[in-house]
Amino acid sequence: MSTLILLIATGLGLGGLYFLVASGLSLIYGLMGVLNFAHGSFLTLGAFVGLAAGNLVGAGTWGGLLLGLVVGALTGAAAATVTELGLIRPLYNRHIEQVLVTVGLSLATVALFEGIWGPNPRNVTRPGWLASTTDVLGAHVPNTAFLNVLAGAAVLCGIVAFLRYTRYGLIIRAGVENRAMVTALGIDVRRAFTLVFAVGGAAAGLGGVLATQSLNYVSPHMGASLLIFAFIVTVIGGMGSLTGAAVASVVVAVLQQLANFYLNNTGDLIVVLLLALVLLVRPSGLLGRPA
Amino acid sequence: MNRTRTLLAALGTLALLACLPLLAIPVPGVLPGYTYEPGTLQLLALCWLTAALALSYNLLFGVAGLMSFGHALYFAAGIYGLAIVLDRTDVPLLPAAALVLVGGVALAFVVGAISLRVTGISFAMVTLAFAQAGNVLVRRDQGDLTGGEEGLALATDGVPAALVGVVNTRNLYWLALVVLLLVYLVVLWIERSRAGHVAAAVRENEVRVRIIGGRPYLTKLVVFVLAASLATVVGMAYLLLQSGASPATSTADFTLTLLVMVVLGGVGSRWGAVVGAVLYTLLDQRLAELAHSEAVAGLPAVLRIPLSEPMFLLGTCFVLVVLFLPGGLAGAAQRLAARRRPAPEGAAA
Repeated sequence: MSTLILLIATGLGLGGLYFLVASGLSLIYGLMGVLNFAHGSFLTLGAFVGLAAGNLVGAGTWGGLLLGLVVGALTGAAAATVTELGLIRPLYNRHIEQVLVTVGLSLATVALFEGIWGPNPRNVTRPGWLASTTDVLGAHVPNTAFLNVLAGAAVLCGIVAFLRYTRYGLIIRAGVENRAMVTALGIDVRRAFTLVFAVGGAAAGLGGVLATQSLNYVSPHMGASLLIFAFIVTVIGGMGSLTGAAVASVVVAVLQQLANFYLNNTGDLIVVLLLALVLLVRPSGLLGRPA
Repeated sequence: MNRTRTLLAALGTLALLACLPLLAIPVPGVLPGYTYEPGTLQLLALCWLTAALALSYNLLFGVAGLMSFGHALYFAAGIYGLAIVLDRTDVPLLPAAALVLVGGVALAFVVGAISLRVTGISFAMVTLAFAQAGNVLVRRDQGDLTGGEEGLALATDGVPAALVGVVNTRNLYWLALVVLLLVYLVVLWIERSRAGHVAAAVRENEVRVRIIGGRPYLTKLVVFVLAASLATVVGMAYLLLQSGASPATSTADFTLTLLVMVVLGGVGSRWGAVVGAVLYTLLDQRLAELAHSEAVAGLPAVLRIPLSEPMFLLGTCFVLVVLFLPGGLAGAAQRLAARRRPAPEGAAA
């Protein structure tokens, strides 16, 4: 019983991380039709810069972590904004080229990160509480899981509130629904594009710093490995659906943890099988609109 | 008249390439040594195999418009399939290769049938997920089959002696050249066939093909399976050339480099894919050499770090090509030819 609770709790924590990456992917795809391969690089950059900022205050302190989270999110947002303005905007409505540009960017930036910070993972110093566990019904749940769930839920609520109660949120929602109509009404959707990229980048940067706390290391490749699962989550949840991404993050992560423990470390394969199954039954994903 | 001239030029180039192991031509800056040296032949053979693989990817992406991020899966299936069959059984090379090819076709059929249920970007992601599953399997080393991160060395018992060892690199070179020629001819045949024309039509307008009574799903599946089978064949030759299998060939990054090559050369152009792949392989090799040279080591960090990462330079090049050179090298060559002759002669290859 305690093993099951532990697996579900760590699964939820992992799901929080997946959601932080997948939310941006899903929003960007929903509004702009762009599959952003460089999203993993936003995450990695956010993690490195955020940790560096945190270390200025003090490695392993709460103040350092808090500053790291803020700086990580800002870095991710800045990187995403620059990418959108410099590389995506010149190629509007040419989706294949946009994907290709982000592919090139991801290859180049990962190599650059390797050059700057070295190819090997580096250990990070965590606040004492995060490195320990809490007893929940007899299971020793790592405290990072709580932090990830909290962050994932906060970002979900934040984005939902932003989409529902602000003017830009309204434009974005309308743009996802019918972009041509929004443009025809005289609203500049392009500014919403940049905004969506920035929000997605911020979530990814935040996820990057959080991932270093859970994994206990930071490496130039952490973005790429999380990105593949975020892709799977996005497809399973339904491309462009935020709630779908949230549900799928939790389902995928918990399933992965359970399979890793009970089925001989086959979590990654089970997830791909789930993807195949979802596509066979519902090609548009769990909460996606039928194409 | 023009066509005969093109054909003659192609045959001449082929004959020259086939004679390279017998000649002593130095190409400073491009090749590491004289053309008859094993090191040079190894690099050139790698170029030909990469070009063949890029051709198979171009069939998928350029002709049928299917952006797959999982092409490495079938390449790795060829490499690891043959390595495992040769390692575990006493089957000689040719029957083993036939067996692996059948396996590759079956794998491509199953994955293709599932992933083609979605189109566009979702298709790309689903193929990526399947390839990732393959990569996980290879790395996990279930039952000591794949050797995990270390990879698997080629078991040479079943392989003819003429294809083993550094002394016989020239035979492997010829094998690679034959594979490239074979893949080129098969791709040409598919593109000129009925299925190829329908696939190109599906790329342009799928709904319209369906309306006039075509079957897009089936056509796409046929092209997908054919491209994957070609990749499996190239993979088997790659195993013989490298005399070992490494997990790097099954990663998503490997497929991305194929995409880079095809786009660099010009999407949809067969010559473009070949030139892009050869250029990429040579650049990758040369840039890696540059990275370790003393000239770079003496530079300040701002210049040294980007210059010592070949992938950074290649990735940046790629972004620039996508932004400023639509149609890649083939497109640029065509525009140049059109400017020189006011009345261009249609699309050359």
